[in-house]
Amino acid sequence: MIEVKKLVKTYIDGDKVTPVLKEVDFKAEAGEFIAIMGRSGAGKSTFLYQLSLLDEPTSGEIIIDDIDTHDMTADEKTQFRLTELGYVFQDYALLPDLTAKENVALPLLMQGKSKEEAYSQAKTALEKAGLGHRIDFLPSQMSGGEQQRVSISRAVAHKPKILFADEPTANLDNYSSGLVMDMFKELHKEGQTIIMVTHEPEYGRLAERLIRFDDGKIVGEELIDHGYRKN
Amino acid sequence: MPQFIRIGFYLALRQIRRASKWTTGLIIFVMILTFLNLVVVSGLLVGLIQGSINAHKEQYFGDITISKLDKKDYIENSPFILNVLDNFKDVDVYTPRYGQGGVVEANYQSAAKESEIDKASAPFSGIDPIKEDEVTHLSKRIIEGEYLVPSDYDKILIGSMLIKKYMPIESPGFTQLDNVGVGSKVRIKIGTTTREVIVKGILKSKVDTVSTQVFFVDKELRSLIGRQDYGLSTISIKLKPGSDPATVRDALLRAGVGQYAKVQTFEDGEPKFLKDIQDTFALLGNMISSIGLVVASITIFIVIFINAITRRKFIGILKGIGISGRTIEVSYLFQSIFYALCGSGIGLVILYFVLIPYVNTHPIDFPFSDGIIVATPYGTFLRVALLVFATMIAGYIPARMIVRRNTLDAILGR
Repeated sequence: MIEVKKLVKTYIDGDKVTPVLKEVDFKAEAGEFIAIMGRSGAGKSTFLYQLSLLDEPTSGEIIIDDIDTHDMTADEKTQFRLTELGYVFQDYALLPDLTAKENVALPLLMQGKSKEEAYSQAKTALEKAGLGHRIDFLPSQMSGGEQQRVSISRAVAHKPKILFADEPTANLDNYSSGLVMDMFKELHKEGQTIIMVTHEPEYGRLAERLIRFDDGKIVGEELIDHGYRKN
Repeated sequence: MPQFIRIGFYLALRQIRRASKWTTGLIIFVMILTFLNLVVVSGLLVGLIQGSINAHKEQYFGDITISKLDKKDYIENSPFILNVLDNFKDVDVYTPRYGQGGVVEANYQSAAKESEIDKASAPFSGIDPIKEDEVTHLSKRIIEGEYLVPSDYDKILIGSMLIKKYMPIESPGFTQLDNVGVGSKVRIKIGTTTREVIVKGILKSKVDTVSTQVFFVDKELRSLIGRQDYGLSTISIKLKPGSDPATVRDALLRAGVGQYAKVQTFEDGEPKFLKDIQDTFALLGNMISSIGLVVASITIFIVIFINAITRRKFIGILKGIGISGRTIEVSYLFQSIFYALCGSGIGLVILYFVLIPYVNTHPIDFPFSDGIIVATPYGTFLRVALLVFATMIAGYIPARMIVRRNTLDAILGR
């Protein structure tokens, strides 16, 4: 599904060279729920940015579904993100001018779906996230937890192959975090591949594989069997 | 419709709809001012001359003027021409004029020597006061005294430019009369003929042809110049509304008028230098407008740039979720077009429904003309197109600059 070989990311600012990822090798299978943990500055978010094609690695290979993403142009990567990937940002990253329904429908519209079809799918996704009563609300009219659930709905409405989440509960209270993680569990049960960065051990342990990052490298891995995964 | 245009429009529409009303209002206000600057500045400069041209047409020339042939002293067989005009359905009114150059003298009674007499050379016109007023509304130019009546004997109207008190002019070779006003006795000299007359009224007009003339009742001047065959100098004609001057001119020529006189529409008779000045002013106006256009483009560039910079994170998010850079650029392009069209639209309403009607009824008082705003539909359309195009470019460049930046840097605000 996804294979990473000798992935290196180095930031260069004048004379200052900061290696963030140091020849990371990684593999994930379809349907896996992987949590990435580690202290701040360990490189876990940077790793996620490279996997989700939001950033350009310094060297190494990222192969998704047998496609070497290194050969892709910027426009091809954007198109790939649109059709194959979903991303949940720490700060929700909703578009302030669009309602919840419009935010969720946007990638679907971009994929060529009609407005009616896209809106209908968006409505279904939002209802599933428990936000049926908020579909015409702007982000500014919703709580953080609601916004994050809209963000997840947007990330999965087009049924991506991989869902990336970067500390999705970092800005939420316990109750909202619980609702968000319930969504992830539900998605995982349906077979969605999820790669999530988190700081919180209790949410990390909801995944079936826990990867520990330190100093730009994977330093540990743990398999957790919850017995709820669909195969 | 291509996907990037459809979604670009979708995004633009929502951004505009949910943007701050004040910001949108301010941008549109800038666009209105830019549009008005583009159209009104050149329109005023052209209107400055056009006002003068219009005044010349309304106050002296009329729609058509019949004048003497080049090698003749006056229009021969004038009664025939007047008869033709009387039977011409397109002719509303006309004013026949007798003309002759002469000298007006003042203060001759108190002058000890010939050289102390105030003298002013001027063209003299003999008019039918009623017909003249119907065509040129000459009575409206009276600033002091009274207008002529057909029974006036030995009375004249004198143009203000001939009298120092009304318009002092210091120019070599140009002489004016001092201490002359309504009721003053002045002496008229035409060749060897001299007659003392009374100033009945003073005329003031921005049309020099009017304000440098001396007007008599027609029969008075005719007797002075001894023109017993009713040979006229000019006939100014006002046509009925809707009549085409060129068509009427051609019809008059076909009726035989051309045998005895020149028949010219106002456009035919308009001096070339006026056309040249008009073209020069139009060019000047376009140059000033171009600067306005550049300033407007920079303004829109800054507005869109700031808008795009402050929305850099959201541009990053759009790219992050798979919206193509081209789609985002198009959304900013649509926003620019919206601002330009709104500004131009409101500007057009202000121009055609407020400014032009107002200035037409309250012309701008320039020393040599009553300025109006000239804005032809074609010229205005061209300026709207220019403004929209410049705004599109000014809106597209900053959007492209921001969109081309690294997606992750945009999302993280780096």
